[in-house]
Amino acid sequence: MTDGVPRPLVPVVVFPGSNDDRDAATALQRLGADAPRVWHTEDELPAGTAAVVLPGGFSYGDYLRCGAIARFSPIMAAVGRFAAEGGLVLGICNGFQILTEAGLLPGALRPNASLRFVCRDVPLVVERTDLPFTTRCEPGRELTIPVKHGDGCWFADAELLAGLEAAGQVVFRYRPGTNPNGAVGDVAGVCNADGNVLGLMPHPEHAVDDLLGSTDGAQILGSLVDSARLSLAAAV
Amino acid sequence: MLVRPKPGILDPQGQAVEGSLRHLGFDVAEARVGRVVDLELATDDPGQARAELERMCDQLLTNPLIESYVIALEEPETA
Repeated sequence: MTDGVPRPLVPVVVFPGSNDDRDAATALQRLGADAPRVWHTEDELPAGTAAVVLPGGFSYGDYLRCGAIARFSPIMAAVGRFAAEGGLVLGICNGFQILTEAGLLPGALRPNASLRFVCRDVPLVVERTDLPFTTRCEPGRELTIPVKHGDGCWFADAELLAGLEAAGQVVFRYRPGTNPNGAVGDVAGVCNADGNVLGLMPHPEHAVDDLLGSTDGAQILGSLVDSARLSLAAAV
Repeated sequence: MLVRPKPGILDPQGQAVEGSLRHLGFDVAEARVGRVVDLELATDDPGQARAELERMCDQLLTNPLIESYVIALEEPETA
């Protein structure tokens, strides 16, 4: 798309039951990444991977608990190693659920308090603009990004939540009064202690074109592509 | 294996069941909904079975952050 600017390799993992992998890959491609889709039975991420995305969907039919079975896919061991080395990992919706089940992100995702599937745009407060996933976000500016989930009620007990708040690991929050699922602390997205693994329930890949009603998702995915490109440059 | 949401965890399914039971005229203080996992094991050593079931619960069958479990061992019914 842009001549001379390297396209970082940002694979999107596909689990049985993923359904937002194509949208995520398309959005990442448009934002300047090479985003091949990688089947979950692979033992390794593609050579040269600069960041990896776990997409939304309903892996393994959401059986047992959302993400509980997908976390044992062969590719997840590779994702764990990649994250441990500081690699950038983004989990969206079901990808977020998988990362919490895998222990790569804190908390757990429970059925929505309403017991209803919610599908609508939500206003998001960005608590951190210094992460590899949020560099394009402006402090104090809300994002409008859709959610669509039945199990988005993020839970942490009071002690865990206080620790995460103090450590700055709460990255996205539903604007107070708009919480669509009953998540504690209005939490919509959290990162790990090192800030290289992030999960969120809203779908940035569904908000990257005016036709979709918002382009705010491009701020998150574009930040990821920028950061992936930087890590690529640093590795050369 | 009986898996249930830990105390203090919001259980919307339990709340829905509770409301429905009240609607039917039952005097219910609280309802919580968990799940039962029936497993048939090859071993007939109760100690080994229990140890294995605990590992299954820790690794896959429960999320210790939000769920607790109780194990009950039964002899298989002989035909």
